[in-house]
Amino acid sequence: MIHFLVHDKKDTVGVIVVEGVKAGQELTGWLMEDDSTLKVKALNDIPIGHKLATQAIKKDETVIKYGFDIGRAVSDIKVGEHAHVHNLKTKRW
Amino acid sequence: MISAKTTFHGYRRENGRVGVRNHVLILPVDDLSNAAAEAVANNVKGTLAIPHPYGRLQFGADLDLHFRTLIGAGSNPNVAAVVVICIEEGWAKRVVDGIAKTGKPVTGFGIELHGDHDTIMRASKVAKEYVQWASELQRVECPISDLWVSTKCGESDTTSGCGSNPTVGNAFDKLEPLGVTMCFGETTEITGGEQIVADRCATKEVRDGFMAMFNRYQEVVERHKTNDLSESQPTKGNIAGGLTTIEEKALGNIQKIGKKCKVIGVLDKAETPTKPGLWFMDSSSAAAEMVTLCAASGYAVHFFPTGQGNVIGNPIVPVIKLTANPRTARTMGEHIDLDVSGLLQREKNMDQCGDELLEIMLRTCNGRLTAAEALGHREFVMTRLYESA
Repeated sequence: MIHFLVHDKKDTVGVIVVEGVKAGQELTGWLMEDDSTLKVKALNDIPIGHKLATQAIKKDETVIKYGFDIGRAVSDIKVGEHAHVHNLKTKRW
Repeated sequence: MISAKTTFHGYRRENGRVGVRNHVLILPVDDLSNAAAEAVANNVKGTLAIPHPYGRLQFGADLDLHFRTLIGAGSNPNVAAVVVICIEEGWAKRVVDGIAKTGKPVTGFGIELHGDHDTIMRASKVAKEYVQWASELQRVECPISDLWVSTKCGESDTTSGCGSNPTVGNAFDKLEPLGVTMCFGETTEITGGEQIVADRCATKEVRDGFMAMFNRYQEVVERHKTNDLSESQPTKGNIAGGLTTIEEKALGNIQKIGKKCKVIGVLDKAETPTKPGLWFMDSSSAAAEMVTLCAASGYAVHFFPTGQGNVIGNPIVPVIKLTANPRTARTMGEHIDLDVSGLLQREKNMDQCGDELLEIMLRTCNGRLTAAEALGHREFVMTRLYESA
């Protein structure tokens, strides 16, 4: 069972692809770039389609997905923590 | 597997273009003519009115786009014949003359000095002749290179970037070498990924043209934004689906252009491409606006990947909807033509899903109704550039 996807080795977040992920759950991720798997423990309940941090991200650091910059962290984000509009903002507009 | 020998059965029009539908359009030039157009479509079965709210007191580039969109819609090869209705005859003639360049049957009617009743009667008589004539046209076997395919995604979420958008990209990478004419657009939804698109442009001229369109649209956003574009770009639906920033949305969006396709040219809104390959069209990212512009550019079939479940259709162009979100496939299945959610569990690979999309595309081109067509989705939404005079 794949719980989350990571596009690129450089990425610091992954995408939850199953419904009903709960805090404390051990998750299996698929790193699509090299077809490997990784394990992360969810720190929050995370809805399908939402992101979790797969690496620790410091406040003001750039968040990477698809191997590219998708914005900056506005607070520290722990491994396994839900990453969304409350802790990640655009650098544009 | 698709190859240069692949064919489909379409309607070859007077100008050589091939359509996959055989509509007789009742086309109002302005808001005032909607009632008469809809009455004609009610009188004559098998015709299709496409009402819209615009056409009065527009001027300059905005008026040019209005005419280009209407003439383009009527000229689309999915349309066999057109009845044009306008409050006055002069502008009806302008649209008729534009569509007549394709060689297809088209007649215009003005309401002034006649009233709705007489206009509806005269237009209905012509519409009946057209629909009976069109009903005898036969589909003929056509090479895949006669096909024009557009794409735009909607109510995207993170599954769009993981699954449904790269499925379109895989299909585009397979169609491009076969001489198919394709396009993508959504200028603001490239924000954060503009360098990736720029690097895909075939020549410096194309790259410069793309960047000029991209930068112009950024200025529009900067000029009109209040705080930021939260809940507009990404939309509330995108955010509910897990997309956080415009950069993330853009990087998912541009998965639609595949890994190999080069961008061979840029199009202004509703402009017609002049050769096969992948074109970028400067356009809004609003679903119905973008698909309407693709229809006006002459595209015959459309790929529409969705995450959270956008239900859009178009009156002229069949809109093929695909999703990689298993919840959307389950809760909104009647809107989905292709479920690629297996990609997210490694049950399928991208090549298989691209082939499945091409198969459903060919079936659609051969006459299968899309979910949006069966459900009656006919969103015809014209892009406006600024307020009327």
